[in-house]
Amino acid sequence: MSDKSILRVQNLKTYFDVHNERGEKAHLKAVDDVSFTIREGEILGVVGESGCGKSTLGRTVLRLEEKRGGTVMYRETDLFGLDHRELRAARKKLQMIFQDPSSSLNPRKKVSSLISQPLKIHRTGTPEEIQDRVDALMEEVGLNPLYRRRFPHQFSGGQRQRIGIARALALNPEFIVCDEAVSALDVSVQAQILNLLLDLQDRHRLTYMFISHDLSVVEFISSRILVMYLGKIVEIADKKDLMKNPLHPYTKALFAAYPDADPKNRKEDRMLVMGDVPSPINPPRGCHFHPRCPFAKPVCTEVYPGNTNAEPGHTVACHLYST
Amino acid sequence: MKKHDQTTTANLLEIQDLSVHFNTQRGVVKAVRDLSLTIKKEETLALVGESGCGKSVTAHSINGLIPVPPGIIEKGKIIFEGENLLQKTEKEMQHIRGVRISMIFQEPMTSLNPVFTIGRQIADVFLTHHDIPREEAFSRAVNLLDMVKIPSPETRAKSYPHQLSGGMRQRAMIAMALASPEPGLMIADEPTTALDVTIQAQILRLMVSLKKRVGMSLLLITHDMGVVAETADRVIVMYAGRKVEEADVYSLFDKPAHPYTLGLLNSLPSNRKYAGASRLEAIPGTVPDLLTINDGCPFANRCPRAGDICRSVFPGETPLTEHHSVWCHNHVR
Repeated sequence: MSDKSILRVQNLKTYFDVHNERGEKAHLKAVDDVSFTIREGEILGVVGESGCGKSTLGRTVLRLEEKRGGTVMYRETDLFGLDHRELRAARKKLQMIFQDPSSSLNPRKKVSSLISQPLKIHRTGTPEEIQDRVDALMEEVGLNPLYRRRFPHQFSGGQRQRIGIARALALNPEFIVCDEAVSALDVSVQAQILNLLLDLQDRHRLTYMFISHDLSVVEFISSRILVMYLGKIVEIADKKDLMKNPLHPYTKALFAAYPDADPKNRKEDRMLVMGDVPSPINPPRGCHFHPRCPFAKPVCTEVYPGNTNAEPGHTVACHLYST
Repeated sequence: MKKHDQTTTANLLEIQDLSVHFNTQRGVVKAVRDLSLTIKKEETLALVGESGCGKSVTAHSINGLIPVPPGIIEKGKIIFEGENLLQKTEKEMQHIRGVRISMIFQEPMTSLNPVFTIGRQIADVFLTHHDIPREEAFSRAVNLLDMVKIPSPETRAKSYPHQLSGGMRQRAMIAMALASPEPGLMIADEPTTALDVTIQAQILRLMVSLKKRVGMSLLLITHDMGVVAETADRVIVMYAGRKVEEADVYSLFDKPAHPYTLGLLNSLPSNRKYAGASRLEAIPGTVPDLLTINDGCPFANRCPRAGDICRSVFPGETPLTEHHSVWCHNHVR
């Protein structure tokens, strides 16, 4: 890992136009004024519950959604400043792996044509060269190239995810957004795919933004972790700092709620946050977490907290830590 | 006192040698094979395994919800409070389902009726079983919503399912299960899988406390070892339709004896052995196709300890301790 950043995101906003409960026009602020960088070669884990904006964030940094404000700098390029042709060229280096391989793979296409599609779009070689590349890719992700003429439904869930990974790898990307890439898989298969993603990262010096609701997966795979709640980053830190010293009450609540796979550690008296995640269409005033937060102060109900640097590389947005 | 002991330790439910098959166009799927289990009064038994292991089919068999055809109960008995449920008529089952045995599913939206308020739906359970005025049934429904900790229950009782969050809908489902006149067994099929982790923790805690309060037994069906560790008293691990290990929850996590159980625990990224590790110990391969499965151990093709006998004969029970048994020719010692 180097200190060079591969992606710099500043004040990024992604809003969707929706109607609120009374039928009035409203904004769903899926990503609301978010800034962070991803360093070359790291795995940045993004964790949060449904509706926190983690998937939208992943899509927006690849410009798969239009932004409402802010910038995404990929190396020296402003992604949102590119025209169609330039963007297409940049996309070769920026790829995505989706959650559900059965809905992201065209069921009527054979595996060989699914994997070769990006190669053909970007005209990377002769048909023979493309065929060889497909075989090599299948081998690399642990699929037998003899299965190249099969359809997606003839594979198991884990194998379909391998097809999705082969497709994402086809153009030799350097940055991949993994959006809930192992969430639909059984745990024994999930472990295989996590290992595969780590092997590929080593071999091709990839950088991942790894989005998941599953804290244990993010904890295992990431080098840094970003915690989101209702469109905002509440905490970001190196994995070991976050594990040792979670600061934001939401991060603490998330850790406490995660069931420990050891009955000896039943946390019957642990602190649980009560209540539901509020609607992102009309989030609470002030800190979005304050209605569920046991430490909320009057200021929390009025003002959204700024970022506090708690220790080097460890930033938290919470009034408890602002000076 | 002795008599009391006998009734509290007695088996509420006993499944003997159950096999459930499904006839499909491609052949016979042996979803559950030779499964035996017992649930004692007031205990929580977890059935754990990955997709296709037969855990949900087992739950549906108890409730008489296997569609026949294509399903067939090949053999076995399901004895609930001394009576074999498999010999009951559909009409008799209706007096057991929702009365003595209630069920909670993964996605409450599909089990709640979208066109009635939740208060009305819970009140209907009371009206089915008691001769009481509608208003009283409704106020009892409000009480139950309060008991499952839904905020402002009077208002929420008048809400339709789509107006509630996923966690609240699951609470409403639990309230409905409690509305049955004599709750004996609650079957919860992946009750928290669709929920966020902070909500999951709330619902699990609620289920455990209500179980104690009402004195019912809980059959918890899940793929999540974390949920098992947090809530179960005893655990049965299933793989491809077979029971492979059975133990009290502490022994299972402490000394897993079946190579599959061990592999499952090793596959968890949260396993403490991975602190600082860079790879997981994954189980190689995939779950076998239930259509082509033979009489051997279904895990043999993925098992690092498998020998020739494993591929042809499914092993009998090896008791390890009083509360811990494994079905394996070459179990982990």
